[in-house]
Amino acid sequence: MSDLIKHNASELVEMLASKQVSSVEVTQAHLDRIAEVNPTINSFLHVTGEEALKVASDVDKRRAAGEQLPLLAGLPIAVKDNLTTTDAPTTAGSKILEGWIPQYDATVVKLLRAQGMPILGKTNLDEFAMGSSTEFSAYGPSRNPWDIERIPGGSGGGSSSAVASFSAPLAIGSDTGGSIRFPAAVTGTVGTKPTYGGVSRYGLIALASSLDQIGPVSRSVLDAALLQDVISGHDPHDSTSLPESLGSMADAARNPSVKGKRIGVIKQLTGAGFQPGVQARFDESLELLAKAGAEIVEVDCPSFEYAIAAYYLILPAEASSNLAKFDSVRFGLRVTPDGNPTIERVMAATREAGFGPEVKRRIILGTYALSSGYYDAYYGSAQKVRTLIQRDLAKAFEVADVLVSPTAPTTAFKFGEKIDDPLAMYLNDIATIPANLAGIPGMAIPNGLADEDGLPSGIQLLAPARADARLYEVGAALESLHENVWGKRMMQFAPELKVGA
Amino acid sequence: MSELTPDLVRHLASLARIQVTDAEVETLTEQLAVIVDAVATINKAVDASVPATSHPIAMSNVFREDIVEPSLSQQSALSGAADSDQGRFRVAAILDEE
Repeated sequence: MSDLIKHNASELVEMLASKQVSSVEVTQAHLDRIAEVNPTINSFLHVTGEEALKVASDVDKRRAAGEQLPLLAGLPIAVKDNLTTTDAPTTAGSKILEGWIPQYDATVVKLLRAQGMPILGKTNLDEFAMGSSTEFSAYGPSRNPWDIERIPGGSGGGSSSAVASFSAPLAIGSDTGGSIRFPAAVTGTVGTKPTYGGVSRYGLIALASSLDQIGPVSRSVLDAALLQDVISGHDPHDSTSLPESLGSMADAARNPSVKGKRIGVIKQLTGAGFQPGVQARFDESLELLAKAGAEIVEVDCPSFEYAIAAYYLILPAEASSNLAKFDSVRFGLRVTPDGNPTIERVMAATREAGFGPEVKRRIILGTYALSSGYYDAYYGSAQKVRTLIQRDLAKAFEVADVLVSPTAPTTAFKFGEKIDDPLAMYLNDIATIPANLAGIPGMAIPNGLADEDGLPSGIQLLAPARADARLYEVGAALESLHENVWGKRMMQFAPELKVGA
Repeated sequence: MSELTPDLVRHLASLARIQVTDAEVETLTEQLAVIVDAVATINKAVDASVPATSHPIAMSNVFREDIVEPSLSQQSALSGAADSDQGRFRVAAILDEE
């Protein structure tokens, strides 16, 4: 294994810029690592090595010629397989899209290409991003590099496990209810869900359009900031894209600060229901922050109690509508039953064969929630809860600059543990869902190992809409407080990955 | 208690254009009943005085400049289709013969 892959993205950026190392070398080192560990970890559904090396070699030539290059030029990256790419199949983890080559690149993919970043491949996810473990991927689960018998989180377990196994320095994720942050928590990595509209959703295969947001996955707060800066910005192709700039996240991450900051602990997201080891690390981080000069306050968000219920009405409702496009006509699978079937029967047979159990469950639930007679009671009430959650948060942000909670109630669980109990699976996202309902930014950073099982736990930071920079300021400060205590980076606690056994 | 019955699940699946087996209907009825009971608690949280939020960050009248740009070619638009004919998506009969 090359030592190159152990570097953080920000270090590789400097090494590339100073020509200490070439992009071809960095890209090849990661492709070698993928070849070594992917048969075990299954982070990647599709590896685009040839294309990546071509981009790398082009960047190296341009750099040698003295051309002024974008900041992340030559730095390889992995992309979640629910973003469209014209040069690689895009499946969203579903059989219904097996082998589909999109006709256009997602805006985020275009931005990565414009930056000169070699794309290593497409990462695994729960089918259409519906899940918390990657167990609902039609292409088999990804594995947690800390313990391959355990889940890497979901839906973005491909991206989290790629970054945690040093198969990629950075990855793109998408977060509808925690799909970036929950995987980050259980793999000891960093993940940010930006403010809704901060990053264009054009070319992201929609799950729930009012909740979905693309964001960075990395091994350090600064790395996530560098990537968020590249993918942010207004896009005329996305009508929900924010017209204004949110500023430089990298500047914020380079100026860590907690002194005088008011840190709000969310009463509803602490204590009962959280694994003791996760809670213990969380309490220690509060002490660290207080010692560093932060003011710790408690905030009350009573309507969070209804967040999961609201989420599991709004998401299925929007998903049932968004996934109607998979109808066997314009793209994807077509299954034609015997006889002389009508198109409706072709659609029904195609969707029966092409969708997995969780997708069917949520589409049917959404169809129910939206049906006349139930609409007001379910979907209508859920939208009202969104208002209450926004009000709770507005109040909380009057007394706190940043809110904190454990990212997830537990550490990584074992495969199969929750797969037959949808409600238990949904509870993994109890702390992350409110941010999606309210549209505010959230960041998950590593928070040390739980005593019970020695597995990573995470801490989540939340800021008001458009104040993403605050997450990076406080996140970078907490990260360096941790590293001072630990004497090393979080990922340096990870056991060596045994593969091919 | 939820009023989800196997017949209702079958009807919903047909509205959603998903063919389901009897075994699937049984599992789905059981699982959806539990989920619906859990999400139904939401009625306790709100009353008529609370306005609905459909979008987290409200924007209205979002327009872009009306500029002519190249679009997908016909060939490209059809490239992912299971079947096409003379530049069109080809599908099974729309109407039942009966």
